[in-house]
Order: sequence, then structure tokens, then C-alpha cells
Amino acid sequence: MSRPFKPAVVTANALLEGDAIWLTSQDTWTRDMAEAELITDQTRADAQLALAAAQVNDVVGVYLAEAAASDAGPTPTHFRETFRTRGPSNYEHGKQVNL
Amino acid sequence: MYKYNDFDAAFIAKRNAQFRAQVERRVDGSLTEDEFKPLRLMNGLYLQLHAYMLRVAIPYGTLDSAKMRQLAMIADRWDKGYGHFTTRQNIQYNWPELRDVPDMLDALGEVEMHAIQTSGNTIRNVTADHFAGAAADEIEDPRPVAELLRQWSTDHPEFQFLPRKFKIAITGSPNDRAVTKAHDIGLRMVRNDAGEPGFEVIVGGGLGRTPMVGKVLRDFLPKADLLAYCEAIVSVYNLLGRRDNKYKARIKITVHENGLEKIRELVDARFEQIRPVFTGYDQELLAQIEQSFAAPDFKVASTDGYEATRLANPAFRSWSDTNLTAHKADGYAIVSISIKKHGATPGDATSEQMRVMADLAAQYGHDELRISHEQNVILPHVHKSDLPAIYAALRAADLVTANIGLISDIIACPGMDYCALATARSIPVAQEIATRFDELKLEHDIGQLKIKISGCINACGHHHVGHIGILGLDRAGVENYQITLGGDHTETAAVGERAGPGFSADEIVPAIERLVSGYLELRTDETETFIEAYRRLGMAPFKAVLYPEAKADAA
Repeated sequence: MSRPFKPAVVTANALLEGDAIWLTSQDTWTRDMAEAELITDQTRADAQLALAAAQVNDVVGVYLAEAAASDAGPTPTHFRETFRTRGPSNYEHGKQVNL
Repeated sequence: MYKYNDFDAAFIAKRNAQFRAQVERRVDGSLTEDEFKPLRLMNGLYLQLHAYMLRVAIPYGTLDSAKMRQLAMIADRWDKGYGHFTTRQNIQYNWPELRDVPDMLDALGEVEMHAIQTSGNTIRNVTADHFAGAAADEIEDPRPVAELLRQWSTDHPEFQFLPRKFKIAITGSPNDRAVTKAHDIGLRMVRNDAGEPGFEVIVGGGLGRTPMVGKVLRDFLPKADLLAYCEAIVSVYNLLGRRDNKYKARIKITVHENGLEKIRELVDARFEQIRPVFTGYDQELLAQIEQSFAAPDFKVASTDGYEATRLANPAFRSWSDTNLTAHKADGYAIVSISIKKHGATPGDATSEQMRVMADLAAQYGHDELRISHEQNVILPHVHKSDLPAIYAALRAADLVTANIGLISDIIACPGMDYCALATARSIPVAQEIATRFDELKLEHDIGQLKIKISGCINACGHHHVGHIGILGLDRAGVENYQITLGGDHTETAAVGERAGPGFSADEIVPAIERLVSGYLELRTDETETFIEAYRRLGMAPFKAVLYPEAKADAA
């Protein structure tokens, strides 16, 4: 029996800017994790990972990151993914500038 | 300072043109990431958590004002107006965009700098004593040899695909400020019985997940044999080093698994084989390089003004007590500029600060600057009569923090604020410790104390050799910080011992405060430093203050 699937988002870095991006249910990329598709089963995860990984000209380093549902959309469950949604803690740089 | 010859300039221009074409082919889709990644890494370009990161080599930590000003220009034009100086005497830009990197490399080339071999399984930037050429305790300036090693190792056809990265450090002083015992090859200048300078050759040191203090492969190697001998070491490692397991691929493991005797036999055999190939051209080249590192024309002037300012200005006196080191020339001092103001990010300098330091080097410092592995900036040659003016200019640029060697002079890697490999953050821990001890106004009373923080087991923050080392880990999805005690980065190198269970992000600063308060109680008097007290007393009393609840439980 395989382990139960934990909800997750497909994420990567943008090729040109290098910043964190997430895959939406429309198969487009967003810079706001809340707009990402929260995937809840392995079949959909495999399909979306394959779709993302095929976009070699736009994205780098595709992976599945665990996430949780919230009223505002998917949110990170691990601190590393939280940092990716906002930027470093020593300067107001990165995505937090626009939050 | 070494000046590029036509060969160097043409080589850099060609590499930069190649990389420009590679970036274009990546952007237009002709290259996949799998194809492009090794190419970008060969040119120092990483992809981190939030952006690309460009790591630029500062060979043996030496800069002049033109180079420093260009680093500032690059920070302004293509990054966010600052740069991060690292424990390997490099500078990292945290926010470049892929399309801009070829222009950044061309701008570096204009001032004879590059990012080649700042990544990958190659021989990395050769690091050196940051006081080289200036220190009173020095036998010889090690930088000509470091430059020779740079030229030899750059694009060396045999050593572009080593089992793992390879780091060389060199010092010309018996007092080791270059952490030579924690490098793949450490070179420490010594004299033989005849008084001739040569090198103690240390091999197989390293930090990371398996920290090891380097072992002496040769007590005394004549200077003339250095290049052939280093080539023999790397050549033996290239064949013998493991390629089946990345975590066992560094030469420290090769030495550990095969034994020093076997390594010595193999290196000696290889050395005898290749030595005749080095027909003396390397020594001619070294002689040429040595000319470009001739000592500056030191001036002779009165130091009365310096002494008078010390008497009149307590802040200047405190700064000069803490941030100056003895120079080999009469009337001169080595100035360490702390870029670790309490609460600031260790190693970061703004473009404006870079320009101020460049201007000071040009006006007062024989146009020389150094970057230390402790992430500070050095003006190596300053006449004491110029110190009051330098102090005033540094003060205006917010660069007069008097904390060199003290508890707030912390080494910290970028950690999970930037690094894709990190398991926890380092920078906020450093910021909070420095801020806390500044509030307590205790750091001058505490005295010499090295805190070194790494955000993962790879140990870029040198935590193993900190008097107090802090290692950030991910424990069940939460940042957790382990403390090691008793590490030493000098010629008496030692790997610190783990004190016990780790602390949460909220607990780590209070834990350090307990530890330091404990030291103040335990020391014989203010002349006994933290590391001396630790060596005298061992772990037990420090562990008791770190874990008071354990003591209470046992009672």
C-alpha cells in the first residue's frame, strides 16, 4: 500500500529571472503561490509535473512541494517554501516587496 | 598587484564570449538546463532560492581601488546595490538576471577579474592570508605563489573534472590566518635549517559533513618544487578519489581511507615522474610575478598626530585598539574595516561603502585592499599618521564598528535566506547575537571570541572551527541550531565538539548568552580568553550552563 498523497503544488524557478514560480490549474505559471493549483492526488501530480518539466525553455528545477489549503489559496507547510514565497529575512528584497 | 598579460586578457575575453553564446542558446531553447547547468557553473553562476547568484573570484583576496569600484558599479547596475563577501574571499551577487550575466562578466574582465572555477569539481579560487605582504610575522608574501597556482589551475586540462571540488589556501606566516588545515591542500611557509623559505604541505583538511584537520604530507618543500608537487597531489587524487559517492569524494576521504603513507608514496612517485617536465619555466614565471608584488614605497613620517588623536578621542582609541594589526614597516598599521556593524548581515557591503573603501585605499593605502575569509575588508598598508583621516571617512560611511575578533565579528554563510542547499537560516542568528551583545555592552569585556555559523552541514560558515560553532538544521520541519565548542581555525587547528541537543530559533541567542555569561564566571581573569578557558576546563562546565534543566533534573 503506497503512502497517502499529501496535497502539493508544482513549483520551479523562472529561467530568466530565477525567482520562484508555481503552476496554476490553467497550466500557466504564477509568481503568487496563492494562485497555484493545490493538487490532491498522485495522478494529477504526475501529469502536472510532466507538463511543467516539458517547459524547458521557461522554467528550471521543477518539483512538487507540500502545501495546505487556505481561504486565500495554497500555503506552504515547510519554512523553506515559506521563504520562497517572500524572499530573504535580512532585506526587503524579493517577492515580499510586492506583498 | 598582478597585471594581466595579453594571454590572460585574451583567455578571459574568449571564455566570456563563449558564455554569452551559451546563455543565448539556453534562452532560445537550443540548450536544455541539463546541458547548460555545467556550463553556467564553470562560470560561477548558481541558481538559488530566489534568484541566480554570481560568485566572483577575488584571487587570494587582493583588490585595488579600480577593482573595488567596478564591483560597486556591477552591484548598482545589475544587482541590488550591494555584494556579499564570502569565507572563500569571493564576492557574491544575489540578484542577477540570466540575460545580464554576460555583461557582468565583461565588466569584470575590464578590471582583470572573472568568475571562472568558482564552482564545479575544479580547483577553486586560491585563498591566502588577508594580511599577506603586510604582516609583521610574515616570512614572505605568499601571493606570488598564489598567483602562480591561479594561473596553473585555471583551465588546467587535467583538472576540470576532478572527483569533487578542490580548495587550496596559502599563508606566508607561521601564524595561520588562512585556515590552511581545513583545505584540500594547505601551504604554510616555513624555513628549513639553512634558513631558506619553503612550504609545509598539508593535505586532506576540510569541513563539511566529515570535518578533518589536514595532515602534513611534507615538512619542508623547497619553493621551486611547489607547482610540480601540487600537480602530483591533484593528479594522484584525480585517479584515486572516489567518484561513486559524492559525500566520499573529497581528498580528505581519499587520505583517510588510503592512509597518509600510501598517499605520500603515490604523490612522491608521481612527483618524480612529472618533475622533469617542469623545466624551469614556472620559476621564470614566478620571478616575473614576484615583481608585480613588490612592497609599496613605504613613507617615513611622524606618528605624533595618531598618538594625539588616540589620547583625545576615546572612540578612535577603541577602534584602533581593536581593528589594527602590527605591520612589518615602521609607522604603518594594517586596518581591518569591519563590515559587521551590530545587526547587519556579515560580509555585506553596499556599493557606496565599497566606493568609500576604494577611495581610502587609493588615497592612503598604496591602492591595496584585501577581503578576509572572516568577511571583512582590509587596508593592508596604512601609515599611522593617516589613521585619523581614515577613521573620519569610515565613520561617515558607517564603517567604524570596533569589533574585529570580538563576539559580534561573526562568520555566517548566507543560509536559507538565499542558499538552495541550506537547511536553516544563518544571517538572522548572527544579527541577533551581535545586537544582543551590543545591548549588553559586554563584548570588549568578553574579548577574543570567534562565533561561526553555518546554515547546513556543508559548513561554508566554518562552524567546526569556531570557538563557538553554530550549525543550523531542519529538525522535523523546524529550524534547529546545534552548538559546538572548542574549534580552532589557526595553526593549532581543532574541530569543535558538539555540546548536546540543538536549540530552536527562539532559544539559540539566550543559549549563547548563557554560555558567554558562564565563561565570564569561569575564566581565571580577563586575560584568559574563551578558547583558553575551554581548553583548561573542558566541555563539562560549559555544558552545565548551556543545559541548566539537565543539571536540575540530575539533582
